[in-house]
Amino acid sequence: MKIGLKTISALACTLCVSVAVGGSAYAGPDDSSLIIEGQNIATDVKAPEGSAFDQLYSGWRFRATETQSLQEDDFENPAFVAVDQAIEEFHNVDGSAGKSCADCHSDVSDFKDVRASLPRWNAKTNKPETLENIINECRTERMGAKAWKWESTQMLGMTALVGLQSRGSAVNVQTDGPMAEWFERGKKLYYTRVGQLDMSCAHCHENNFGTMIRADHLSQGQVNGFPVYRLKWQGLGSIHRRFKGCMDNIRAKPYKRGSDEFIALELYVASRGAGLSVETPSVRN
Amino acid sequence: MKSGKYLAAALLLASISSVGLSGVAYGETTAPDAVKFVDDEVSKSLTGAAGNVESGRKVFANRKQGNCLACHANKDLASQPFHGEVGPPLDGVADRYEAAALRAILVNSKIALNEDTIMPSFYRLKNGVRTADKFVGKTVLSAEQVEDVLAYLQTLKDE
Ligand code: HEC
Ligand code: HEC
Ligand code: HEC
Repeated sequence: MKIGLKTISALACTLCVSVAVGGSAYAGPDDSSLIIEGQNIATDVKAPEGSAFDQLYSGWRFRATETQSLQEDDFENPAFVAVDQAIEEFHNVDGSAGKSCADCHSDVSDFKDVRASLPRWNAKTNKPETLENIINECRTERMGAKAWKWESTQMLGMTALVGLQSRGSAVNVQTDGPMAEWFERGKKLYYTRVGQLDMSCAHCHENNFGTMIRADHLSQGQVNGFPVYRLKWQGLGSIHRRFKGCMDNIRAKPYKRGSDEFIALELYVASRGAGLSVETPSVRN
Repeated sequence: MKSGKYLAAALLLASISSVGLSGVAYGETTAPDAVKFVDDEVSKSLTGAAGNVESGRKVFANRKQGNCLACHANKDLASQPFHGEVGPPLDGVADRYEAAALRAILVNSKIALNEDTIMPSFYRLKNGVRTADKFVGKTVLSAEQVEDVLAYLQTLKDE
């Protein structure tokens, strides 16, 4: 019943999105504000010093009203099907140690604010770790279970569930100390022209956010809402999947999900959204 | 059965030779690396002949070819949904630019427009790093398609 309703509204809105966009192209983000379950979500904040922007905007502000409204209500938000499944998975015993996540983490709400500061430095592996890395470390090292694939249903659901605990918290990633090198690497990737169509991320998301590129309203390409439920995907997708999609579109050979390049890029892009609220799981077209 | 096969073969030959013939008629095609820019313009046709307006209009709109509508609005193609606004509208562009300047913009926007432009270079081999395998060594448009789009752009005049 619940699933059926969500699917129908998602489908209906795929249609209304294209109609709405075709009808009125407008420049810039809109001026809606986002309140979910009574909580205020900062979808724009003054850019920190040294930013390429004056004001930072969540991708939510560039979506059509119908897509936006799906995210305003957790019952309407189609991502919550996966979140509900992840709550079950959280209590599921898996692996040779005979443990579930809940055996060690009695309450998911203990993960409050974790998402907001990812990726973060991992002194043991001597590199930054993403939420996928953290979860898989618990699975392989602490549960004796198999790592989940980056884009698997379980991983997407669990990253959505853990990320949700930070909803409303301000994005704040470390970029100095051991992270500095990775930040620079990500920055370089961000500004490098790639692919036959010869563009960098900045060409679309920095120089042209707010304009229409064919039927798409270009945002700043922020990652504060991931994993996102995309109506086009009919499901959740990771940050690295989105990076891959953008690279495919400009006819570039994408890096692999979980690669050092994409982790560096994730760090850099996350830092470009410092101060925006975590919106996980957000809804996009 | 047999005659059907012969007929097909004959048709195939005919179409191959017509391609060959038109190749001769159009003269030498300029390779991407051999295109000459003089004062940021390219005066010589890449195929040695004039392009076809109708095909140019199609290449302009096709998402897998010119995909010009992704970034440019164009009233002549009002029947097509979703015109982008990343670049300026191309209505009346033929009043603003000579053919040689338009050809240069199409061939290599980084020379003809500006080094930092988002607009792809449609007839150049050296593009961004990590070009996907199936596009390596290929230009976005063929010489003929560039000339066709150019012919089409030249029809975009304000009355
Ligand atoms: C055997 C115990 C154990 C199990 C089972 C386990 N974890 Fe962990 N987990 C840990 C420990 C220990 C840490 C590190 C705690 C710290 O650094 O504060 C951790 C850290 C984490 C963190 C980061 C928390 C933070 O505050 O930085 C997340 C997220 C997490 N685990 C998720 C999971 C998930 C999801 C599962 C199930 C798939 C799971 N864990 C299973 C023991 C476990
Ligand atoms: C040709 C233009 C273009 C380029 C170049 C491009 N993107 Fe995108 N990107 C888009 C479009 C269109 C969307 C969907 C609408 C939007 O949010 O901008 C998008 C969406 C995104 C999103 C999702 C934003 C959200 O709110 O959910 C992220 C993140 C992103 N891009 C990152 C990147 C990165 C990193 C690069 C460089 C590797 C890149 N993009 C290159 C066009 C582009
Ligand atoms: C990814 C976006 C993009 C695509 C695709 C694109 N252009 Fe452009 N184009 C631009 C931008 C932006 C400019 C303005 C110069 C600048 O800001 O770099 C421009 C400028 C032009 C100009 C000069 C217009 C003027 O009035 O000064 C012409 C002509 C042009 N483009 C033709 C085309 C044609 C024809 C195609 C398709 C074969 C095309 N463009 C595809 C982005 C694009």
